[in-house]
Parts: sequence; C-alpha cells; structure tokens
Amino acid sequence: MQKIVVIGNGMVGYKFCEKLIASGSGEKFEITVFGEEPRAAYDRVHLSAYFSVESASELSMAPSGWYKDNGITLHTSSLICEIDREKKIVADHKNNIYPYDYLIIATGSAPFVPDIEGIDTPGVFVYRTIEDLDAIKQYAVKARREYGGKAAILGGGLLGLEAANATKELGLATDVVEFAPRLMPRQLDDSASNMLQTKIESMGIGIYLNKSTSKIYGNNRIEALHFADGSQLKTDMLVISAGIRPRDELGRNAGLRTGERGGIWVDNKMQTSDASIYAIGEVAYYNGGIYGLVAPGYAMAEIAVNQICGGDKRMVERIDMSTQLKLIGTEVASFGDPFVDGNSASAIVFENKFSGIYKRINIDKESRTLLGGILIGDSSDYNTLFQLYINTMKLPETPEDLIIPNKSGETSAGSVMDLPDTAQICSCESISKGAICEAVNSGGCQSVKDVINRTKATTGCGGCKPMVTDLVGESLKALGKEVKETICEHFNYSRQELYDLVKINKVKDYNEALDLFGSGHGCEICKPVLASVFASIYMETANRQVTIQDSNDKFLANIQRNGTYSVVPRVAGGEVTPEKLMVLGQVARKYDLYSKITGGQRIDLFGAKLDQLPDIWRELIEAGFESGHAYGKSLRTVKSCVGSTWCRYGMHESVSFAIRIEERYKGLRSPHKLKGGVSGCIRECAEARGKDFGIIAVEKGWNLYVCGNGGATPKHAVLLAEQLDDETCIKYLDRFLMYYIRTAPPLTRTAPWLEKLEGGIEYLKQVVIEDSLGIAEDLEDEMQNLVDSYVCEWKQAIEDPEMMKRFRHFVNSDETDSSIEFVPMREQKMPKPWR
Amino acid sequence: MKEILDQYRTVNEQEIREWFLAGKISDFPSDGGVCVKYKTKQIAVFNFGRMGKWYACQNLCPHKLEMVISRGMIGESAGIPKVACPLHKKTFSLEDGSNLNGEEYKIAVYPVKIENKNVYIGFSE
Ligand code: SRM
Ligand SMILES: Cc1cc2nc3c(=O)[nH]c(=O)nc-3n(C[C@H](O)[C@H](O)[C@H](O)COP(=O)(O)OP(=O)(O)OC[C@H]3O[C@@H](n4cnc5c(N)ncnc54)[C@H](O)[C@@H]3O)c2cc1C
Ligand code: SF4
Ligand code: FES
Repeated sequence: MQKIVVIGNGMVGYKFCEKLIASGSGEKFEITVFGEEPRAAYDRVHLSAYFSVESASELSMAPSGWYKDNGITLHTSSLICEIDREKKIVADHKNNIYPYDYLIIATGSAPFVPDIEGIDTPGVFVYRTIEDLDAIKQYAVKARREYGGKAAILGGGLLGLEAANATKELGLATDVVEFAPRLMPRQLDDSASNMLQTKIESMGIGIYLNKSTSKIYGNNRIEALHFADGSQLKTDMLVISAGIRPRDELGRNAGLRTGERGGIWVDNKMQTSDASIYAIGEVAYYNGGIYGLVAPGYAMAEIAVNQICGGDKRMVERIDMSTQLKLIGTEVASFGDPFVDGNSASAIVFENKFSGIYKRINIDKESRTLLGGILIGDSSDYNTLFQLYINTMKLPETPEDLIIPNKSGETSAGSVMDLPDTAQICSCESISKGAICEAVNSGGCQSVKDVINRTKATTGCGGCKPMVTDLVGESLKALGKEVKETICEHFNYSRQELYDLVKINKVKDYNEALDLFGSGHGCEICKPVLASVFASIYMETANRQVTIQDSNDKFLANIQRNGTYSVVPRVAGGEVTPEKLMVLGQVARKYDLYSKITGGQRIDLFGAKLDQLPDIWRELIEAGFESGHAYGKSLRTVKSCVGSTWCRYGMHESVSFAIRIEERYKGLRSPHKLKGGVSGCIRECAEARGKDFGIIAVEKGWNLYVCGNGGATPKHAVLLAEQLDDETCIKYLDRFLMYYIRTAPPLTRTAPWLEKLEGGIEYLKQVVIEDSLGIAEDLEDEMQNLVDSYVCEWKQAIEDPEMMKRFRHFVNSDETDSSIEFVPMREQKMPKPWR
Repeated sequence: MKEILDQYRTVNEQEIREWFLAGKISDFPSDGGVCVKYKTKQIAVFNFGRMGKWYACQNLCPHKLEMVISRGMIGESAGIPKVACPLHKKTFSLEDGSNLNGEEYKIAVYPVKIENKNVYIGFSE
C-alpha cells in the first residue's frame, strides 16, 4: 500500500485527511500524521473562543476517535526534524524513521517576533496556540492582581485587535501599538481606520499609531515599551501580533525551492519542486504569495487530495483575501481590493460619523463590476457585496443604493436568489449556491440543519450562515414548503403554534399534548417549552407537572457546579427591611450558606443540599419571603434606583413603582427570563435601558423602553412610549409582555425577538399603542388573569407532603449526599474545585 | 475521585449476582428519576412511564464528576431513550450508557426488573 505522510496537524493538515477520507480513496493509502502540538487539530480560527468554552475539546476539528476510526495513525507531540528526499523518509525528534511515497507539508506558520531589545523579558507572549492562550490567561491573573493591570498588543492588524479584545476581556486595561499610520493597514483606508479607532477607543482600548518599538523595558518582568520617538507606554504584559512567518525550515533544509519572502514554493497542483512532495496551507508559497487564511488552505488541501488520487484539479489563480474582523464588538469587513487606484475605477463612500458607520465600494467604471470594498460599523451587506465581487456580476444602474440606506434604513443589495448557481457561498468548504439549492430541490433536505449535515457548508468560519439560511428558506418556499422553526423532533410546530393549539384545545397535560400534536416520547427540549406554555396560559406552577420542568424549575432552585443549590428570595425593587435582612443572615448562618449580593439587587445564598431546601424555605416563608424565581424563565427582578423619595434629582418615586411592577408580574413565566428596571431620572442609575423593559422618569411622567438586555450581546432598550402616567404605563406593559409571551420562540429574549419581528419597533408600537391587531383587550385580560392566579410555588410545595418527596437525595435512605465537599474561602466557603 | 468513578461498570443480565430491592413502584414518579443508594454507590433510576420501561445508571455524571444524573430530564431521540444531565445537558443513552454528544466518556447502566410492584436493580458483586 502506498504511504502518505502528513507533517503538521493544524487546520489544513486535518482538512487534507478529511477530504482524503471523504473522497473514498482513504483505504488505498496508509496515512500517518505528525503534529507538534500536544493535541489533535483544533479550530484555530475560533481560538479566542477558548477563553469562554469549557474545555479545549470543544474546539477540536474531529471527535477524538476520528483518526483511528478512519485508519489514520496520528502522532501528537511529535516534531518532524528532517526530510530525506533521496531515501523518501522523514525523521522525528526521537530519530524514529518513517518512509513515505507522498509527503504533505502542512506546517503552517509561526508568529513573527521582531528582534527588539528585551524581547525575552517575562510577560511577553504570542497568540497562536491553545498553550499560548493558557499562558496568557495565567499571567493576566497575576498582572491584574499583583501588577498594574495593563496589557499592550504589538500590532494593530486583524489578529492584534482580536488579541486586544481578549486581554480586555481578561480584565486588563489594554492598548494597541501599531507601526503603520493606521489600523489594519492591509485591509482599511485612512477614513475606515479612523472610524474603527474611534469605536475601539470608546470601548476603552487605547490605540497608538506610528509607533516603532525600540525596547522592551523591565527588570524581572515587562514594565514598559520604549518607542523610537522617545515616548513610552507602561504595560504589565505584551502580546505580539506582528505578522506570521511560514514554517518552511524542513523544506528549505531538504533543498526544496522556496519563495522570496519564505514559504515552500508550489505550482497550481500544490506540488513542490519535488514531485512526491506537496505543500498546503500557510506554509505554501503560491503565485507570489503566502495566504494567512483558512479558505485558501482548504482549497489547497482539496487540490492535493485530488492530485494524489489521480485527478487533475488545479488551484485558482486569484486568491481571495476578504476578511471580517471577529469579536471586537463592532463590525469590520474588507473584501477584494479595498484601495483603488487608476482612472478606470472609482470609489463610492458612505459615512455616518454619528452612528460610526463607514462603507466604501470600489467600482470598475467600464465593466460596472465591483472590485472590492470596506465596511465598518455595519457589515450586514458583506455577504451580498462579496458575492457581487467574487462573481464579477453586473452592478445595478445606481450602485450607490448598495450601501446607502433608504428611508426605512435598508440597503438594496438584492436577493440571494439572483446569484448565479456557480456563486461560491461557503468558501471554506467551497460549496456553491447551486449545491445548496440542489440539496433542497432534489436532495430532500428540509431545513438548514439538513443542508449543513449534507454539504458541510457553514462549518468552517461560519460567516456564510446567514446566506445559507436565506438560500434554504427561499428554495423551500419555491417548492411550496413552509419554512418554520419547529421545536424538536417530537413537535412539528413552532412555540407560537403550540401555544395556540394548547389554548384552543384546552390541553392541560404534557402527555396529552404529545399524543394530540406530537410524536415519540418527548425530550429535554420540548418538555420545558410545554411547561412554559402551560405556565403562560394557566399560571401553572412548576409543582404540578414536575417531570417536564427544566431541572432548576423542578427543584425551584438554581443548581450549582457541585450539585448543591442556591436560594434567592424575592426582594422586590431591591427594597428590604432591616428585620428581613437579619432573617436572611440568620438562615445563612444556620445552614452555613455562602452569601452574596447579586447583580439583580438581591441576596443569593449558595451551597444548600437538595434535602435542605424545604427547611430553608420554610423559615424564609415564615419571615414573609417568597420565591424569587431566579431559577425560571420568568420575571426575575425589577431593578430600581432610590428615586425622588431620597435622591435630590429624582423626578418620581422609582422604588415604589418598581415594587408595584415587580409585585404585578412576579411568577410570570415567559419564553426566556424577563428583567425590568425603573430609574428616577435620566441619569439612569437603575440601568433600566439594559432590561427587557425599562422605565425612566421624566418631567411629565414615565418613558417606557422595551427590548434591551445585558449579557453576551448587550442591547439598549428602545423607546416605546413617552410621558405616560402609572396606569397607562402598566397597560402598555401588560400588552407588550403578553404579546411577547404569545409569539416569541423558545429561549429568545425580547431584544432578538424584536429584531426578528417584521416591521420592528414601529410595528410593535402599532400593536401595543394603537391596537392595530385588535387584540389589546385580550392581552390585558389574559395578563390580569395571570396576575390574579399567582401563588408562591415554594409555599405551595412545602405545604404539600406529596410535593416534598422530590427533595430527598435518596429514595431508599434518609442519608444525604456525602460526596459534596467544600473548601474555605474568605471567611465563607465554596465548592471544592473540579478535579 | 477516580476511584469513585471506577466503581461504576455496566452490568449485563448474565452477570447479575444480586437483585437489590430499591423500593416500591409508587416511590418512583412516572417519567422522572430518583436516586437509590446501594452500598457505596449512587444509582439513578428512571421510570419511563410513557414507554413503559425502567432504566438504571450511575448517578455520577462523568463530565464533571457530580452526583446529579437522577435529577436530569429523560426523553427519547430517534427511538433511543436518553437522559440529559442537569448541569450541562450532556445526553446519554439509557440503553447502553453511550454518550450521545460524541464525546469519549459514557455512563454505566444496570438492569432493572419489576416484581410484585417492587423495583429491583441488578448488580454483579
Ligand atoms: C446570581 C447572579 C450573579 C450574581 O451573583 O450577581 C447570576 C447568576 C446566573 N446567571 Fe445571570 N446572574 C445574575 C444577574 C445577571 C444580570 C444582571 C441583572 O439582572 O441586572 C445579567 C445581565 C442582564 C440581562 O439579563 O440582560 C445576567 C445575565 C445572564 C445571562 C445572559 C442573558 C442574555 O440574554 O444574554 C445568562 C445566560 C442565560 O440566561 O441564558 C445568565 C445566567 C445565569 C445563571 C443562571 C447561569 C446558570 O445557568 O447557572 C447563573 C446562575 C444563578 C444561580 O443563582 O445559580 N445570566 N445575569 C445574578 C442573579 C440576579 C438575581 O438576583 O436574580
Ligand atoms: C487567533 C487567530 C485567529 C484567526 N482568525 C482567522 C479568521 O477569522 N479567518 C481566517 O481565515 N483565518 C484566521 N486565522 C488563521 C488560520 O487559523 C490559519 O490560516 C490556519 O490555521 C492555517 O492552517 P495550517 O494548517 O496551514 O497551519 P496551522 O493551523 O498553524 O497548523 C500547522 C501545524 O503544524 C505543526 N507543525 C509545524 N511544524 C511541524 C513539524 N516540523 N512537525 C510536526 N508538526 C509541525 C504546528 O505545530 C501546527 O499545529 C486565525 C489565526 C489565529 C491564530
Ligand atoms: S454568574 Fe453569570 S456571569 Fe457569572 S459565571 Fe455564572 S453565568 Fe457567568
Ligand atoms: S456535569 Fe453532567 S453535563 Fe457537565
């Protein structure tokens, strides 16, 4: 059997293996892969997500048994040190010898580290591997706690800005230092860079342009950067992101031809100057360049596989370098040639300094095609513009419409269906529009998920997901099939449809609903959805149908990392008497619970064992507390500021109003959690606009804002109505909340719900204020009914011995769980960390 | 903790040495789970009422080694009965304990039998 040896198990090396297996020719070869890193290939493009995922395995390119299952021998932590072309063998760092018939070099590149004085000072890092990120994370903790808490990034390119976001998220005050006079110099023009700089600075990241670093200063650890112009910048750590250098040393030493600026030379078959050796990915020097993106690397892998299996596919001549910046909190995209010169081309520019948007498209005057462009602040048209560019399609008569918003704030880039079938939608996996539509039209795919499973589209960088979704939707529509978001394999309905079905048919039980409207035996997705629907229609508490409740609702408490629970009583509006405060303290002391003030203006007591919950709640209820529903998809808190009763600026009594509202909606269950806020004046100390509904006092009444949230994708709530009196404000809130509860998909907060709502806030205003659907009275009645049916579910539970049964750890013993261990922390305790 | 995890090994019908009486049927809520203590082991038992079946598995979630599986929600996917851990919603087949999310770790499962309205779990030691 012929032997293929792959050096490098990065993204491209892995993709080579995957494509070889998918081609069906895998069995014809004995495949051996060497990777220097300690783990199998992972998604480097989403490396920054490593800071937020639970374990490195979530980034891995293939499930752990994949290589073995496909007959591939993978050696990790294994560095290849030599290629002997004559003997056709490679040698690893332990001098083990492996013969090859075909050799694939996929060694990628290494970060370029400039030769600056002091570059070896502790506290200087690069940003390329999981190990780099581990080291950065560890050092950042020290830098934050023990040093000055500052970080600097050397390099204001695509990667540098991503790294800057990462150190900022790690809690360090971050500065970016760039040698060039602008950010992302290879992708942006001056105006775009200025706009981006303003945006990034407003997020608290400092930007220093035109800075040539001459020295890294520090005794035992980095303390400052010295620049050629004599200035300095204090910092406690430095991440270098100054470009990449191909790891061509193996090929170079073996006498393979290399490029002028490094990289192993290849032709359009991906063959090096030695016909049995191929080079792919970031190490390959092709057509005068090195390409630091995955898409070209994947295309190269495809060509190499095809060539080795006897095909004759060739690499395209022009490599597309379009990119979108990820993660920094503003949208940035650049495609094709972002800068035009010459007389035959001209640029159209749209700039809105106020909202931080800059768009530029470069047009070939003669052929009326797109040459490239830049989008800052709003890249929603990126996919369409990119397609116009990459397919050299004719532009409309008035190309400015492509980027200049019309009165309703939209641009007219046209429909995805206008693209030619050959248009490449997913460039990572090279999937065309034709292939996607085909999967629906004759391939029997019924949903985006089906199409992804079939074609692998969107599984690379994921940037094409919106287009794939549109294409699938449009193709299904054209076939006369309805596109809908069904809940799961057991219910072929959306949540809104199920809500209506349950209500109209007066269905009361989960099993009944499953028999009537579903199939199979249910799962952890549809059960909580129906529990929420029953709660929203009948104000049913979590005590009635216990086994369909999400696990937190099931035990009326939030499960913690060690299987214990937290206890959060309602403290409406954040107002609490000294007596009640003392009760909380006494209970916490008696049951040895870790106590903390939450971000929602109340007190959380952590570390209660399952069997302790009823006793704790009995004591709290006796003192007048009620469930805070911190565990439910339900109303959480209505945050308040102190307001006019005490504050010298207060316009109205924000605390009183917050309490009234929290009391009104307590226990209300909804598609996702609901939070509110009431501020006594526009200084907004209650952060009301960061909530699902926010109320702010103004001279003549209350301004009502809706659909905001904090969390991962923060959104300010938008104005629904102004200068309302108490009663009107509550009336609008009733209507708004009930309309949301009726129509939102599961686990969708009000902000993304509004985003999807056709017609947006204007439409919502019509429904809520002008009653354009004629349902306002229904909505109010339904809400009033729910308000009147409220009971505290903890009180209900402790009064019923049958309901109490679920709070025992063992069904056959009164013992409690002895495996739970705590360790002390700052005079309190915490769970013993995961081993 | 490794020793605790190592205690749990799937038991086949042929290997059963002891049918342990876990309780009366009425102690086990339909379509829900409870935890049973057997010597030093914690066993999650599920009364899958809708399918008319009973399942038992380790209560220890192999993901983060917490004693919580019995508090998870049960369901079915493409005909396979499964349980979702309450902590991070990793799902496991109740039939063979395999991991349905494609990760390495799995859970041990134990035979259950019902006699005279009593619930028994089969152990091999
Ligand atoms: C306890 C608390 C942190 C604290 O110690 O301060 C907390 C704790 C949790 N939050 Fe939070 N959040 C807490 C205030 C907040 C706030 C601040 C606020 O409410 O003003 C926010 C941002 C505001 C917002 O929601 O828009 C917040 C945004 C989130 C999110 C992101 C939501 C989003 O739409 O993006 C999640 C994730 C989710 O719900 O899916 C989350 C989820 C969680 C969960 C439930 C995570 C989990 O599944 O275990 C945490 C468990 C709570 C528990 O008691 O075990 N928590 N969380 C706060 C409880 C407030 C309370 O009194 O009820
Ligand atoms: C933080 C970050 C964000 C990025 N974001 C994007 C993005 O948004 N879009 C995009 O298109 N690209 C992005 N990239 C670039 C993208 O990750 C690379 O283009 C891609 O990983 C290149 O794949 P590769 O296989 O050629 O190289 P690599 O992924 O670097 O793999 C090469 C592997 O070979 C190993 N190796 C090297 N020499 C040897 C040897 N002698 N023996 C054994 N093993 C060896 C290396 O250790 C490495 O594991 C990003 C990169 C980073 C670091
Ligand atoms: S409390 Fe909220 S922010 Fe803090 S770790 Fe838990 S989910 Fe994350
Ligand atoms: S502990 Fe069970 S899924 Fe994480």
